[in-house]
Order: sequence, then C-alpha cells, then structure tokens
Amino acid sequence: MNYDISSILILVLPLLSFIGLALFGKRLSPCISGIIGTTVLFITAFLAIYTAYEYFFAVGSQAGTYIPHTAIKFTWLQFNENLSIDLGIVLDPISVMMLIVITVVSAMVHLYSIMYMRGEDRFRTYYAYLALFTFSMLGLVVSVNLFQMYMFWELVGVSSFLLIGFYFTKDSAIAAAKKAFIVTRFADLGFLIGILMLSYGAKTLDFATLIERLTQPGSAHLASMTACSFLGLSTLSWALLLVFMGGAGKSAMFPLHIWLPDAMEGPTPVSALIHAATMVVAGVYLVARLFPIFAISAPDVLTIIAYIGAFTAFFAAVIACTQTDIKRVLAYSTISQIAFMMFALGVSGWGEGRNEGFTASMFHLFTHAFFKALLFLGAGAIIHAVHSNEMKDMGGLRKSMPITHITFLLACLAIAGIPPFAGFFSKEAILSSAFHGNPLVFYVALVTSGLTAFYMFRLYFKIFWSKAAESHGHEQEHSHNHEKGMWAMNIPLMILAVGAVFAGLIPFGSFVSADGKAIELPFHLAFSIAPVAVGLLGILIAASLYKTKNDRPEQVIEAFGRAYRWAYHKYYIDEIYLFVTKRVLFNLVGRPAAWFDRNLVDGMINGYAYITTTTSEAIKPIQSGRLQTYSLFFLGGVLLIAVLLFVKFL
Amino acid sequence: MEQVPLSHVLILSSILFFLGIYGFFSRRNMITMLMSVELILNSININFVAFNKYLYPHQLEGVFFTLFIITIAAAEVSLAIAIVINLYRRFNTIDIEDTNTMKF
Amino acid sequence: MSASAILFYILGALILTFGILTVFTRKIFRAAVYLLLSLIGIAGIYILMDMQFVAALQIVIYVGGIVVLIIFSIFLTHQAGERLPSRLPKHLLWAVSMASVGLGLTIWTLYNYSYTPAGIAPIEHSVKNIGRQLLSYDKFGYVFPFEVVSVLLLAAMIGSIVIAMKKKQETPSNSPNSGEKKILN
Repeated sequence: MNYDISSILILVLPLLSFIGLALFGKRLSPCISGIIGTTVLFITAFLAIYTAYEYFFAVGSQAGTYIPHTAIKFTWLQFNENLSIDLGIVLDPISVMMLIVITVVSAMVHLYSIMYMRGEDRFRTYYAYLALFTFSMLGLVVSVNLFQMYMFWELVGVSSFLLIGFYFTKDSAIAAAKKAFIVTRFADLGFLIGILMLSYGAKTLDFATLIERLTQPGSAHLASMTACSFLGLSTLSWALLLVFMGGAGKSAMFPLHIWLPDAMEGPTPVSALIHAATMVVAGVYLVARLFPIFAISAPDVLTIIAYIGAFTAFFAAVIACTQTDIKRVLAYSTISQIAFMMFALGVSGWGEGRNEGFTASMFHLFTHAFFKALLFLGAGAIIHAVHSNEMKDMGGLRKSMPITHITFLLACLAIAGIPPFAGFFSKEAILSSAFHGNPLVFYVALVTSGLTAFYMFRLYFKIFWSKAAESHGHEQEHSHNHEKGMWAMNIPLMILAVGAVFAGLIPFGSFVSADGKAIELPFHLAFSIAPVAVGLLGILIAASLYKTKNDRPEQVIEAFGRAYRWAYHKYYIDEIYLFVTKRVLFNLVGRPAAWFDRNLVDGMINGYAYITTTTSEAIKPIQSGRLQTYSLFFLGGVLLIAVLLFVKFL
Repeated sequence: MEQVPLSHVLILSSILFFLGIYGFFSRRNMITMLMSVELILNSININFVAFNKYLYPHQLEGVFFTLFIITIAAAEVSLAIAIVINLYRRFNTIDIEDTNTMKF
Repeated sequence: MSASAILFYILGALILTFGILTVFTRKIFRAAVYLLLSLIGIAGIYILMDMQFVAALQIVIYVGGIVVLIIFSIFLTHQAGERLPSRLPKHLLWAVSMASVGLGLTIWTLYNYSYTPAGIAPIEHSVKNIGRQLLSYDKFGYVFPFEVVSVLLLAAMIGSIVIAMKKKQETPSNSPNSGEKKILN
C-alpha cells in the first residue's frame, strides 16, 4: 500500500472513531465502544509503524539525506496569491517518529483504560475524547502549514480541557481544566502574534517555504526581518521568541508550568497520554519544526531557550523531591524532563558536528514517552489498588503487585540514566551536547539528573519497599495479588517496559537529525562516568533514606528547614499568580473595564432607548383624540403651503 | 348690482368663510360646530354664484355647482346629526372634549 | 349708488352680523335661529344677483330642511335650554390667529387679482335653461353628476337611518331575529 494512503488513514481513523463514538456511543454498550476505540487505535499504530518502515527503509534516504515528503496538500483558505492556509500531511523524520510515539502510546492507553475506567458511566464519552485527542495530536505533528499546526494546537488544548475536567462534578477538576486551558491559551496569544509576524515577514505560512525564505543568507525576507531591532533583538528574533512562548505554555516551561501539576486531576491514563508523552512535547516539537530558522537566523533566541529550559529543569526537580502525591511527583518530573529536551534544542547549533543537541532532544523525546507513560500507567495501577494518591498510604507493595513492581523499577532505572536502559543513551546525548554547547547549562543538567535519580527512587522505595503505617498492618495475611485478572492493565505495562529498556539501542542519529543527514551520536566512555556516578549517588541516598522505615528523612527535612518548606509549597508560584490576578488584574483592570462596559457602553445603548421613549412620550399627546386640534393642524398646513405658494408665485 | 365690484362680494364671502372656520374651532358643542360648517358651505355658494354672474354670465356652471353643494350639504347634515345622536347615546353629552377616546 | 347696491351692503352687513352672533352666542337655540336668519340673508343676495332658482333652492333646502333638522337634533339631545361652556383662552387664541392669517391671505390674493369678464352675451338664468342643461347628455350636460347625487342622497338616507337606529336589547325570545339585526347593524 502506498504510504501516502496509510498516512492519510492514520489521521482519518481516529477522527472517524471520535465521530462514531460521540454520535452513536449511547447506543453501544460501554464494552463494545471500548473495544472499537482500542481496535481503531491499534490499527492506526500498525499503520504508523508501516509508514515509518516505508519512509526510513523502503524509500530511505536519498544521497544521505531524508527528504520531507508531502503526502497530501490542498489549499483551504486563500488570502491572496501568495498567502494561503493549506492543509496537508508532511512526512519527515521527526513527524514520522512522532507518529509512532503518539499512536503506540495512545493504543496502550486505550487498552489500559478498558479495565481502569470500568464502571464509569461516561465510559463512551471518555473513549470519544481520547480519539479526538489522538486525532488532533496527529494532525499537529504532520502539519504542512504553520496555521494548520495552530489550529490543531488549539484542538489539542480543547481535548486536554475535556479530558482533565472529565470528572466534572469535582470542583478541583473543573478548576484544573480551566487553569490548563487559560494558561495555554494565554501562551497561544504569543504564538499567534509570532505566527502573524513570521507570515508578514516571509509572506508565507507554509513550513518548507518559511524555512527556505528565512534561512537563505541573501533572501529579501530575511533581510527585512532582521533589519531593525527592538531591545537588542531583531524582528525575527521577537517573532521566534513569541512562537516559543506558545511552545513554553504547552510544554510547561517556567513560569507557565503551573497548569501541569493541577492537570493530574484527570484520570491517570489521560495523564499518561497527554501530560507525559504527547501534548506536553508539542512545544518541543514546534521548536524542532522551526529549528533551521532558530539555528541559522536567530541563535540568540536559542540561548534564551537553553537558559529557560535549564532553569525549569532544576526548579521542577527540586520541587519533585518534596511532593507526597505520586502523580504530582510524576508531573514535576515531566516538567523537568521536557525542560531537558528544550535546553537540548537550545544548546544545539547547525551544521556538521554541532547539531548533536537536536538529535539528542528528539531521542530523549522518544525514550521519555515510553518510560514516562509506563510510570504513569504503573501509578494508575497502584492508585487503583490502594484507592489513594498519597505516598503515605502505600508501602511494601512489591509482593502484592509484582508486574507493576518490575516495570516501575525498569522505568525508574531508565529515567535515572542507568545503562543499558533507554534513558541512559538519550540523557547522555543531551549532556554531551550541552557540554559542547554551553558549559553552565551542562553543570545544571548534571546536578538535575542526580536529583532526578534521587526523587524517582524516593518514589520507588516509598511505594514498594518501606513498610507502611497501620493502614496496611494486615499486610502479611492479605498479600494477595492486586493484579490478578487485570490483563488489560498489565499488557500495556509490559509492552512499554520493552520500549523503555530497548529503545535506547536504536541508532537514532542515523534517522533523525536537524538537516536530514545522518549523524553519529558520539559515545565516550570517559564522558559517561560523571552522569552515571551522579545517578547512582542519587539512588543510594534515596535507598538509605527510604528503603526501610526510619526517621532519617525527618532529620534531613529539619536540616533544610525553610528551603524545604519553600520547595514543598512549590515556591509559592501559584500564590503569586493568584495574587496578581485577583488583586492586580481584577481590581485594576477587570473592575474598571466592567464598570465601563456596564455604565458607558450599556449606558449608551440604554440612552438611545431612553431618548427614543422620552421623545415618543413627548410626541404622544399630539394624537389627543380631539377633533378640533386635528383640524387646526390641517388648516395650519394648508395655510403654510398657501403662504409658500403665494410667496413663490405672486 | 353692477356698481358693486366683484371684490366686495368676494370679501363678504371670505369673511363669512373664516367666521365659519373660527366657529368650527372654538365651539365645544357638536351641533354648533355643524352650524359653523353650514356657514362655510354657504360662503362657498356665494362665491360660485358671484363668479358666475360677474365673469361668466353666458354659462350656468355656477348654478349647477351651487345646486350640488346644497344637495350634498343636506346629505352631510343628516348623516352628521345621526352620528351626533349616536355619540350622545354613548357618552351622554355632545361636548366634543368628552369624545376623545381615540387617542394614545 | 343704485338701490340694489345699497341693498347689497345692508344684506351683507346683516349676514355678517348674524354669522358672528351664530358663532359667538352662548345659547344653542339662539344660534340656530341666527343661522336661519343668516341663510335667509344669503338667499336675498342670490335674488339681488338675478339667480332666483338658487335662492328658492336655498330657502327650501337650507332653511326649510337643514335648520329644521338641526333644531330637531337640539331637542333630541336635550340641549335646548342650557348655556354652552366656553373655551380656554389659549385655544381661542390659536383659532383666532389661524382665521385671521387665512383671512389676510385671502384678501391679499383677492386684491392682487384682476378680474376680467368674458365679454360674451349673457344668457338668462331661467329654470328652463337650467333644467335643460342639467338633464342633457351632450358636452356640457350635467346628467351624470345629477344621477350620482341622487344615488348619494339615497345612500345618505339609508346611512343615517342605520347609524341612528336604536339597537334592540338582547333577550332570548329575540335571538332568532338578532342574527339578522346583527348583520344590518
């Protein structure tokens, strides 16, 4: 089958699943709708793997470069003869890689949800939303046109809102959904302005044309966009910075990260799909898509991206060390890992020997999807068994949940960067590119990977090892297997574990790189000692504090004192936001605007009505019903006309 | 009658006309309003007859018009009286100020 | 000044006086009588102008019919002995000003117009001539308006009967007829 058709089918099948489940789901039983949704996604996953095989192997690279291939493109909205919004599907290395990631993780989540969400009465709606989300994310990554990506971007935001607020009877879920949507929407304002600036400067919205026009050294568009500068950055840099602002919102960079921890109010499989593997990497994907422009024409923006990414990674890792809700820990871990990908793009350059960062970032995206989804699904299994999110209600679960235990351990090893698991290779690539690009970022990243190992194993030990408190006192008698019969939850865990273990062995550089040419990711034995050592150190510290129940953690907390409290309260960022919005924005901007609207705008309209009614009331008595008044007016008119005629004719 | 210029006759009829108009506007009783209308119509009759006699003595149109006006005035008065009687039955008064129900 | 001219001026003054009295008097019955006298004066003017037929018409129809009808209506509406209320001065002011403006306009127009007689030999305004032209159907015949006016009189007659008819009270014994009466009403 021609892989154009398969790529179109990849997009169309989830859309049909969404429409079918949304319109007809009520007539099907929940079981059937779950099976339909899952089957469609599995077919889509196979199609994605087939497309990847075709693209990378059967068609392969021409002269060492993977050429972007447009599967379909049609003009949707034509503004003038130069500018139009096209819709289409483009296949190039990063989009094909993302197709695999999205479809495989989504298929796993669909399968997992059959048993996780059993008994939920909005089961069918859930599957419809999942299909909608998958469709929008797929559309985002294969976009041919910047505006098409923006449309799917917003659609992804909507699906995320629907899924986070799935349990809409809980106030906290509604608030979290609103927060996610508003924060990302606010970031999308910057994105839209960036799009407009870019399209104004380059007179096009198409990705290929945009890149070509803004990266050729002698092009007129590039000259016009870099001609004048504002606060030290050229117009092009500002446009790209605004586009990055949109990406920062979706990818939870500081200070727009506040929505991601709260988004854990949604069901856990949703967190696995959206907030670990797919939606949050959309920002990274956006920067990767426009990477040639960033790297060649606006490298100062890349530096800014690198610093923001590095700061966010460290910041989130510190907070993750103190949280007690397992989903919150995983959320902050996600923020930190996405920031890794972001600064890896930031320290990358362009051209031979310098674009290692790009490949490292994409590699980490690929492997992170697997082990983070695995971690979330495992957390879901644990929550399902223990019926609570807090770590203090768990402990010693390794006997009663063996499969979850093993897969969780594998994922933790992967994320800590222990060889030969997947995370080691990708993280090592990132650190090596940071070392060559920006040494400050390298040292921050090194410390952060140590913290990553520490908090992940803190989580692991607290869940599976340390003896619990009295709530699980009957542990010895009741060590039954919580997992018996939950095949639909165990199989995805195992499949993803395979990915987490072996995905690192793929020679990623020969497939994905910034300019399409294959590169060799360098692997220096001497260089990798430092990260591995830091990781093992983190694991050992966590083991000593948490493997068995003791009071060393409390002593450490005492020692840190106020710093611990600040980290525990997430550095009060949410409170600052609340203060700014409630005190400053609402009172200084919102209330006057509301007053203006109510009194002046409404007042003006009411004034028109008032004038009309008053005039009407004043004129009304003319129709007094008195015959002689009427005839007086009549005579008056006749005399007036007579006078006019006399004046004219006599 | 030849010494009386036409303008004097016309002045007579004009004054009578505007007397009728003043009476129509200033009277409160419907029947007296009707009488003022009769004054108006009669002044018009004088006009027609005067023009016929002074300016067009070879024609008879003035007479005919006068005839028709008198006839129609008769018809009109009978109808007006019928209406006045009907109104009197409804409002128990023939004051024109009290029959102002067709208003806002 | 021939006698007919003096007679004209006296009659004119009488007409105006009685007209003013009609319009200004406070008693209805006297207004009707003043109107009657004014109409008789107008008939006199017609006779002075050699239009005897019109004068006869005036007396018969106007004086003998219309004024009598008016007096009947005065009696029917129980107004005979009462004094009439007067109006607000503001309203009277409007009426006076309108009337005087109109009067001024008319008189000014009258004076600015030159009246030229046709100069053709007059014919006699006898009943024979009037009757012959009234009922002739050639170019200057008035038979068509004559017929139309007779239809109008018929309509006016029926109309005034219908308008002034007293409505019968609705009783069960009258209900078979009341439908028919309703249509007529």
